[in-house]
Amino acid sequence: MSAPQSGERRPATPSLALAALRPRSHGRRKALDAFIKGFAYVAATVGIAVMLLIVYEVVRRGAATIDWGFFTELPPVVGEEGGGLGNALLGTLVITAVAAALALPVGFLGGVWLAEFGRNGRIATGVRMVANVNMGIPSIVVGVFIFALLVKPLQHYSGVAGSIALAFIMLPVMARTTEDMLNLVPNELRESALAMGVPRWRVTLGVIIRAARSGLITGAVLATVRVAGETAPLLFTALSSPYWLNSLFGPEGFFGGPTANLTKTVYDFSGMPYARMQELAWGGALVIIAAVLGLNVLMRLVFQRGKEW
Amino acid sequence: MVGTKVRERPDTGQDVLVAPPTEVAAARATGDDDFEALESIISARHLDFFYGKEQALFDNNLEIKKNRVTAVIGPSGCGKSTHIRTYNRIYELYRDHKATGEVIFDGRNVLAPGTDLLDLRRRMGMIFQKPSPFPMTVFDNVAYGLRQHYRLSRSELADRVEDALKRSALWDEVKHKLGEPGVALSGGQQQRLCIARCIATEPDVVLMDEPASAIDPVATSKIEELMESLKENYTIVIVTHNMQQAARVSDYTAFFYEGHIVEFGPTTQIFSNPQQKQTEDYITGRFS
Repeated sequence: MSAPQSGERRPATPSLALAALRPRSHGRRKALDAFIKGFAYVAATVGIAVMLLIVYEVVRRGAATIDWGFFTELPPVVGEEGGGLGNALLGTLVITAVAAALALPVGFLGGVWLAEFGRNGRIATGVRMVANVNMGIPSIVVGVFIFALLVKPLQHYSGVAGSIALAFIMLPVMARTTEDMLNLVPNELRESALAMGVPRWRVTLGVIIRAARSGLITGAVLATVRVAGETAPLLFTALSSPYWLNSLFGPEGFFGGPTANLTKTVYDFSGMPYARMQELAWGGALVIIAAVLGLNVLMRLVFQRGKEW
Repeated sequence: MVGTKVRERPDTGQDVLVAPPTEVAAARATGDDDFEALESIISARHLDFFYGKEQALFDNNLEIKKNRVTAVIGPSGCGKSTHIRTYNRIYELYRDHKATGEVIFDGRNVLAPGTDLLDLRRRMGMIFQKPSPFPMTVFDNVAYGLRQHYRLSRSELADRVEDALKRSALWDEVKHKLGEPGVALSGGQQQRLCIARCIATEPDVVLMDEPASAIDPVATSKIEELMESLKENYTIVIVTHNMQQAARVSDYTAFFYEGHIVEFGPTTQIFSNPQQKQTEDYITGRFS
């Protein structure tokens, strides 16, 4: 069927007589299209440029500091040269790893429950809302909360308090990410597996989670990386320390006292009036950014094939 | 073919027997079936279905005859899929879906509380519109239900997987790809993989919900040929949009319209001499 010529009368159907179609002017729409397209390009450029500027500046000022000693030595005494952030790197690794060990399994199972079992029930709706609210709580508030809960009663800061604060932040993120990833698995797959006469929990474990696993792994890694870069929750919990983490319960231990970590150290050193301390702060910032960027890119590369298993 | 007897089932301890194909083929009469005399394997009685408050099936009564192919046809949204999805209670995945009435399978109402859903679904396999290979290898896909329902040694498992793939006309295409992911197969192969997965556990009934509507014509004809051979061992209920397909593959046809079963009878009669005007209008293409 060919389109009616402008001005020519369209053959009227028996039930419906239509007037001829009058074409609209294209000029305005084309201009609007160009404007919006241009605006989108500018916005994208600004977003990328800001990130590139940050990366550029951090690399420019921090790269020279990174040497073997940076990863293996303690910070120098104020006013001295040399030294590194070895203790802070170790502390951040331990604090983050413990936080991940606490939060990821619980968050994962919570997400599985939300997506596969709770669904749209009243309890699930409540749990989901609480998780969403928790994700919106400023991280400094979480730090103060753990301070009141753990640090104050025990009378000392500790690495584990930092881990718990970070775990508190990761938990809802992991739960909601897991739920979202499982919701992406089409219901046909659930139906097919259930129609085999397999119980729901086995379908969930053997088929649904497996189908979503690349998304789940990515979600877990990104949630971990995100809290590794948090500073505020550590201000009131792990605090900072000039020493190595050397025991579990001693005054310089994970449970016993303040624990060095990268973000708080960067925060402290960047405000000091000593050139070497500022250099180390830039170096620490570079390590954090490189780790976050690196893991993001790695996850994309590993799972770029998209819907595979 | 690998034997006709499946090992003892772990839960009931009964031997599960599969009728030898030749007997069934002999029993299948061409055209002069005595409908009343045939054994019904599934009987739907006064079956109603609700999506929330909206009623989708109205007083459905249908007899599915053993070792026959029953086609369910009708326009989109008429309740065909909804109807067969009550047989294995798969609709229960969704909270507000509800069926009332009776679906008698093997003498028992499957809609009644206390039905062993795992056993029901083992005995009533289902093939879906969209091929849905599980996220695992070709071999593990077929072995999935076997591992769930039977105690099998490694070699018995391998034999049964091979047998199921052969009966699904897929073996020659995948015998060198058993370790590859099921999703790597083509759409038509994936659907035959799902059929292999389904018949591997020796169900009594295979429910097919538009099994060929998402795949290309060549793959479709392969699946129809396959159904022709599956008829010998299984009772098949197939929902289809494609009337030629229904006419080609089925012994009996039920015509659904707006949630009602308008007409049910031998396929030859439904297509050559329908008793109801709505059926005639539909099969002659006056509405669809």
